[in-house]
Amino acid sequence: MKKVFLKKRLLTGWLIFTGILLLAGFTGKPSLFRQPANFPAPAYNVSVNPVTDAGFVLGKKLFYDPLLSADTTISCGSCHIQAAAFSHHGHDLSHGIHDLLGTRNAPALQNLAWYTRYMWDGGITDLDLQPIAPITNPVEMGDTLSAVIRKLNAHPLYPDLFKKAFGTDRISTALVMKALSQFMISLVSADSKYDKVMRNEGDFFSAAESEGYQVYKKNCASCHPEPLFTDQQFRSSGLPLLEEGDEGRFLVSLDSNERYTFRVPTLRNLKFTFPYMHDGRFYTIDEVLDHYASGVSHTTRPDPAFKLPDGSYGIHLSPEQRKTLKTFLLTLNDTAFVKNPLYEEAGSQLYIK
Amino acid sequence: MKPIIFFALAAITLGACNKKLTGGASTGTHPGQITLAFENSAGDKKVSLNGDTYTNAAGETLSITLLQYFISNISFKKTDGAVITLPQDSSYFLVKESEPGSKQLTLSVPKGNYASVSFMLGIDSLRNTKPLTERTGILDPAGGAEGMYWGWNSGYIFFKMEGHSSAIPDNKAGTKKFRYHIGLYGGMNSPTVNNIKIITLNLKDKQVAKAGPGKSPVVRINTDILKMFYGTEIISIAQKPVVMVTPYSRHIADNYAGMFSLKAVENN
Repeated sequence: MKKVFLKKRLLTGWLIFTGILLLAGFTGKPSLFRQPANFPAPAYNVSVNPVTDAGFVLGKKLFYDPLLSADTTISCGSCHIQAAAFSHHGHDLSHGIHDLLGTRNAPALQNLAWYTRYMWDGGITDLDLQPIAPITNPVEMGDTLSAVIRKLNAHPLYPDLFKKAFGTDRISTALVMKALSQFMISLVSADSKYDKVMRNEGDFFSAAESEGYQVYKKNCASCHPEPLFTDQQFRSSGLPLLEEGDEGRFLVSLDSNERYTFRVPTLRNLKFTFPYMHDGRFYTIDEVLDHYASGVSHTTRPDPAFKLPDGSYGIHLSPEQRKTLKTFLLTLNDTAFVKNPLYEEAGSQLYIK
Repeated sequence: MKPIIFFALAAITLGACNKKLTGGASTGTHPGQITLAFENSAGDKKVSLNGDTYTNAAGETLSITLLQYFISNISFKKTDGAVITLPQDSSYFLVKESEPGSKQLTLSVPKGNYASVSFMLGIDSLRNTKPLTERTGILDPAGGAEGMYWGWNSGYIFFKMEGHSSAIPDNKAGTKKFRYHIGLYGGMNSPTVNNIKIITLNLKDKQVAKAGPGKSPVVRINTDILKMFYGTEIISIAQKPVVMVTPYSRHIADNYAGMFSLKAVENN
């Protein structure tokens, strides 16, 4: 009898406790990582690395800290700028330590929890392993991982921040990467006009946007499907080969069928993420569409998706179609995302108590 | 494609695993202990990092400045046919020419008479794709595995040898340096080159290793790095001074799979 009573009391106590937690969840602050209703389930295993206030704060601090580079000049945020949807504003290629120049365009960081392949060539398939690449790349941050861990352990603030986030001040590779992932997966962009229309939140496409949406569905969606606007496959856009001759995915897979292919980029936030393509060679959407209209080169073996009935490759749009398509693409820009104070380097202290 | 590669490689990796140990490899509670002692040689000379020169099958003179490779997934076969697979977590070793202690792998095994040993040169595909929390110590890209890990194409470097050869035309920096960084576990999303090699040495060719209380046999394994340059394909340093993530790495891996030989079994 006594035992049963105790169990009941425990249960009641537990229910009240969860009730309070839930209430706090609904009435308090917004969650840092969120699942938009028009998105599929995330690919990243959030339950293994749940985003906490302390983890997010730490991840953000690491993201913006040039301490992670060899000469303390370059942070992740140097080439991934919020105002440019975390791409490198206006840069075709990016410069790392000692003004060394990379070979590819810094991609935008958004909705990373839904990705299964990272980098233009998909050489990384686990977000927790991704930061190792820029940190150790000699033309990016040019450091060694052991040096970074050493610097963090010797830092006046970091051990305490790790203790708050993970319960230990022994800073390890895994914890640095987990903190960075907590910040990065929180970069969810799902408040564009398109998203609000799709979620029936009271917004509606104009006639031109609706027409453009149809043009997109017919001509672009096979490689840039909703809602991420990329299928994450490796494809060649038939870009004329430049002198550098970047072989793309081939450098990772060593499969000659994948030579000159790159991971299909998203169409979200195009307004903020120019220039375009893996090497940033096009500065405007019109240049990109001109390329698809008449510039597709056979030397880089364009993807079969571009094949036209007459055997040539490209995407042919009438001037009217191009106009409406561009109007639709504008609905994919998420101004709230690029202005969210939560992501700002020196910004919101909302979650620091 | 992913699951297929996974299962295929998992089968190779774990196929022989019909008995699991519970203790650690070097700190375990088993009464027996076997030491695998690796000795790096270049033909009949000992490898030295101090400028000694050797000649490869292509007739090229070379000296070695760095030599290290991963040995993992170790198993033994007893004379009665039973296979003893070391617990995987304590079965990863980085053999470094520059660190004599790293060349002695002391392994905890049950009492018994052992007829053969198998090990992997490299890191199995599963571990190459595990979360960072399961890559500590010798597998930590910021720790033991620093310099043996590709960040841009996630995966471990299995075998790394660097040095100089007068056969190499001057590079931009004016040095005649060669670099062989061989890895690749078969790919995550699409199949790629798989340079994982499994080596089996018959202890019986010398003598059975007898492990048990008070018995700690030493298995001396010779690693002849000149065999990296021939076997299935003659590798010319002049023509290929740098081999890393390229299809050509296959030839080096095929060659180096044959560089291990049993030198002696000492029953102590």
